[in-house]
Amino acid sequence: MGHLIPPSIMPYVLPVLYAVVIVAVLPLLAGYIVLMERKVMADMQARLGPMRVGPHGLLQPIADAVKLLLKEDIIPDKADRLMFWFAPLVSVTMALLAYSALAIGPAFQIADLNIGLLFILAVSSLGIYGIVLGGWASNSHYSLLGALRSAAQLVSYETAAGLGLISVLLLAGSLSMKDIVQAQSDQGVWFGFSVPFGFFIYLVGSIAETNRAPCDLPEAESELVAGYMTEYSGFRWSLYFLAEYANMIIVAGIATTLFLGGWLRPGARYHEHIPGTGIEWLDALPALLTLGVALYSLKLAPQQPVKIQKIVMGLVAVLCLGIAGILAGALFAPAGVMQGIHGAFWFMAKVFAYIYAFLWIRFTFPRYRFDQLMRLGWRFLIPLALVNVIGVGVAIVLRQQFAWGPIVSLIPTTLATLGVAMLLAKDDAPVSEAQTADGE
Amino acid sequence: MIPVDYYLFLSLALFTIGVIGVLTRRNVIIMLMSIELILNAVNINLMVFSRMWGTVDGQVFAIFIITDAAAEAAVGLGIILAFFHNRETVLADEMDIMKW
Amino acid sequence: MQTLNQALFIFFAVLAVASAILMVTRRNIVHGAVFLITTLLSTAGIFLLLEAEFLFIVQVILYVGGIMVLFVFVIMLVNLDVSMRQVQFNRQWFVAGALALVLAAQFLFAIWAGRGALRLPAMADEISPKNTEAVADALFSHYMLPFEIASILLLVAMIGAVVMAKRRVG
Repeated sequence: MGHLIPPSIMPYVLPVLYAVVIVAVLPLLAGYIVLMERKVMADMQARLGPMRVGPHGLLQPIADAVKLLLKEDIIPDKADRLMFWFAPLVSVTMALLAYSALAIGPAFQIADLNIGLLFILAVSSLGIYGIVLGGWASNSHYSLLGALRSAAQLVSYETAAGLGLISVLLLAGSLSMKDIVQAQSDQGVWFGFSVPFGFFIYLVGSIAETNRAPCDLPEAESELVAGYMTEYSGFRWSLYFLAEYANMIIVAGIATTLFLGGWLRPGARYHEHIPGTGIEWLDALPALLTLGVALYSLKLAPQQPVKIQKIVMGLVAVLCLGIAGILAGALFAPAGVMQGIHGAFWFMAKVFAYIYAFLWIRFTFPRYRFDQLMRLGWRFLIPLALVNVIGVGVAIVLRQQFAWGPIVSLIPTTLATLGVAMLLAKDDAPVSEAQTADGE
Repeated sequence: MIPVDYYLFLSLALFTIGVIGVLTRRNVIIMLMSIELILNAVNINLMVFSRMWGTVDGQVFAIFIITDAAAEAAVGLGIILAFFHNRETVLADEMDIMKW
Repeated sequence: MQTLNQALFIFFAVLAVASAILMVTRRNIVHGAVFLITTLLSTAGIFLLLEAEFLFIVQVILYVGGIMVLFVFVIMLVNLDVSMRQVQFNRQWFVAGALALVLAAQFLFAIWAGRGALRLPAMADEISPKNTEAVADALFSHYMLPFEIASILLLVAMIGAVVMAKRRVG
């Protein structure tokens, strides 16, 4: 294949290919995250969730997408037509642009920018314009209020989340996504374990930034109908929707890269081999897992009520079997190929675990009031993050001056931050009561 | 290579547009935004000279200018909001309460 | 590579100037803000052409993602409909515009007189990955005192904004 492409454009081929793959796969992925959300929600509420379209609702996202695309596209009479048209595009473009710096595996990255993390943060912070302008252009009070809330919330929590990330940047000493993962590999510990408070702050901040429950005030149904999306319908609405889920994957990707070791395999230090081969047990795990899923869906296939659902279930089994085959085949491939494929697997697995945590939190906590949200951000998270950053700085000095280990040097920091967190939490409760007593 | 002059002309164009905006518009918010435009034009100059001399001093100054712009925006918009709450206007020539 | 750079420069420059003009002339402030954002983003692109990638990011995160969000926020809080129906330019606009153009003509003359005297050094084959580190080094060693002063400036501005926005009781 190499001789077909002129050498001058050779370096651009792979990035363009990756970009096309990401843009093509993302809407599908977003649709299936929605399905996952509905299924998890149903499970937590002891229901079944979508079951009709396809076996266990597996074709529901496609039906939803078709429905959205065929819906009538309504533009309100008094809306600012240009902005109304422009705003969803901003949201979705910025969300997709952020993927260009995300390192999904050691080989699967569109561009390894040396300011990669900042680039992702910058681009995803521009997505707010889509929300604000869309809310304003709709010329509706609900939309405008949703947009204003969203702007205030995003600006507040961006600070906290950014400070949470800085603690990792201090440890990694780089802004490139690849180098950050490499640093975790070198230090032998995922940064989520060495700076748990940075992770916690980023987790809360990222929930607020992506407007997910319990921080989904910009689109709180019970207060604002649908917030900034109230006047949107059909395709434009689905663009917003896509942007929201793309942003979720982005923040999950950032958290995975910075705190959960990116594409690194769990237990990277254990090298127990399967007897008689050069293959490590843990490397065989992905293939075995997908094989298990394939066998399970094969077993489920005959139990489906309708013939077409049996066929679809069988197809799912074949798909899983194929993935298992690729993962198993990678074990015998050269080390680079194997790391690329398995790295992508672990990365996606961690991303989905993070998103699962999002859903879990969504269905567990009640929605905040807006002043509670602001207080949490400004009076709890930001001071905590500042203490954490200073503590990490101290820990780095300890490591350099007294040659403490990478984990040991951070234990005092974590304990100190924990103390400050308890102090802040204790401090916060009576003040909030006094404030509400004021009657504002 | 793009000559330095081109960058200077671009910066000059933005600067002039900013000055015109500050001097001719009545709306205070547009005036503030025009000031941001002027600061931005200055940043382009700093950046091109920084590149020309091969040092980062110009970039550091640009960071200070951006800091300044942030401070100015915060205070300026605070004043505008407070004024709007009191007088229901955002026009510069109606802000004449201190005029004798 | 060279032509690509020139094309990018022309693209960003035209975009910046055109949206700056639109920003100053729009009746609707929100549109003005959007055009200012476009100008700022194209300036960020020009920073990238000048190999100042850290400033590119600062421009995007701080200017576009921070300051302009604040602007848009305030624009939405003040009453738009009234101000849109009022006269947009003040009474001295003709004099002011003429003066600004005279100022521009002076600068133009100065730059034109010295054209070609200043040259950019040739671009390195591989862009140095150390731009962020270089800026940080300069900022935290040679420019330490200005940096501290800037942080105090921000603190003062923050307190000022809080005091200003605070609702008077009684």
